[in-house]
Amino acid sequence: MIVFDQVFKRYANGREALAGVSFRIEEGEMAFLTGHSGAGKSSILKLIALIERPTRGQVIVGAQNTAAIKLKGIPHFRRQLGVVFQDHKLLHDRPVGENVALPLVIAGVPRREIDKRVRAALDQVGLLTKEKSLPLELSTGEQQRVGIARAVVGKPRLLIADEPTGNLDPALALEIMELFKRFNAVGVTIMIATHDVHLLDRFAARRIVLGDGRVTAA
Amino acid sequence: MRAHSWFERHAQTLVGSLGRLVHTPLATLMTLSVIAIALALPLFLDVLLQNLRAATANWNQTIDMSVYMDKKAPASRTEAVAKQLRSRADVAAVRVITAEAALKEFREASGFGAALDALRDNPLPDTLVVTPTVTAATPDGTRTLEAAIVATDDVETVQLDTAWVTRLQAILDVVGRVIGLTGTLLGFGVILVIGNTIRLDILNRRAEIEVMKLVGATDGFARRPFLYSGTWYGLGGGLLAVVLCAVAVGLLTGPVERLAGLYGGPFSLRGLGWGSSVAVIAGSGGLGWLGSWLAATRHIRDIAPT
Repeated sequence: MIVFDQVFKRYANGREALAGVSFRIEEGEMAFLTGHSGAGKSSILKLIALIERPTRGQVIVGAQNTAAIKLKGIPHFRRQLGVVFQDHKLLHDRPVGENVALPLVIAGVPRREIDKRVRAALDQVGLLTKEKSLPLELSTGEQQRVGIARAVVGKPRLLIADEPTGNLDPALALEIMELFKRFNAVGVTIMIATHDVHLLDRFAARRIVLGDGRVTAA
Repeated sequence: MRAHSWFERHAQTLVGSLGRLVHTPLATLMTLSVIAIALALPLFLDVLLQNLRAATANWNQTIDMSVYMDKKAPASRTEAVAKQLRSRADVAAVRVITAEAALKEFREASGFGAALDALRDNPLPDTLVVTPTVTAATPDGTRTLEAAIVATDDVETVQLDTAWVTRLQAILDVVGRVIGLTGTLLGFGVILVIGNTIRLDILNRRAEIEVMKLVGATDGFARRPFLYSGTWYGLGGGLLAVVLCAVAVGLLTGPVERLAGLYGGPFSLRGLGWGSSVAVIAGSGGLGWLGSWLAATRHIRDIAPT
């Protein structure tokens, strides 16, 4: 599902974030991407979501070589991907339901279908009753679950998450992780970037450990 | 994507963008006022110009030509020329004033009776007052008629007092061109005002646009609400401009009618009219669309999620 082959990433300011990263995540797998901050976790997620392009090397996502995806193809590529952000990235002037609906609206799904799928996604994260609430009326944990509902509403085969439990207390973090496990159980490939050691200890999943822009253990 | 959902999306964005504008009434009103004033100025001047043109077109029709016969020609020639002129298609009427009648009139009107008695001969020639038809009462038409009359045998001179009307019309042409240029410049101004408003709006909603792009929005999708906002600005500004113009015309109607009354002519100020009003509003909407398209295309392309 994800293949990194000798990937280098050097930013415009000269910082080398990735120095020859290679790993492979199979379809249906769930993996943690871990390592100290600055080890290159964010860079890897940005390369997968085509927010950044590699300086050298190949990134293949869902059988597509990302180097072949032109600027115009990026929106369509991102629709096949579910992304969960540490800061949720919700639209605060719109109710929860509309936030979750956004990817479907963008993809041009008919309204009736959207309503059905939004409710299904909110139900999966346990927020069905909050459809009409504004994001800021919700707790941080709830906001993160809205972010997850939005990431999965388009039924992506790949879900990537950047520090999804970063701002949450351990109990809420566990709850979020249980959610990811449930999606993984129905076949969604999941990659979670985290440096939350407690979380890693409690979940038996594959770990890709980064250090100084290289994979130190996979 | 199905056509139905495409329309549904557009309708939603349409209403949504309008709602957003209504949500910030003061800022929206300020922008609309700037657009309206910029458009109302040339619009109002153009309305005045059209009225002036209409008024002077009427004046031109009332202009007669005085045709003075050669004093050496026999009196029968005067009637013959009058008859010849009456047969012309561009002549409405010909009135004959004989030399005797003219002298009598002059004697009564001028008070130079005694001085005239001292003259041995009547110094005045026979005169024909020629009124052109309505269709011939244009600068070109009267020139043609004048040339034809001058070329007639035994006609001494033709006096045509339309030169000043022609000059006035030339002045009005210049004024019209100036108004056109001003309107064009202010039209560009409207594009810039709307473009800048949209640019600020985009910068304010940068985070939102980033999120949209992250979940797969194309630039076109992110741009759409701004295009609608810009078009709303244009339509609203155009509407306000038409209203301003109507108010200004309304305020002028009374004084202008009084002025026209003093000149003895019934004349009332004509406003913009429905057709032109709709055209102005639609055109302004078009300017709004263009301004927002230019701004949104550029600035949304530059926003990339990080």
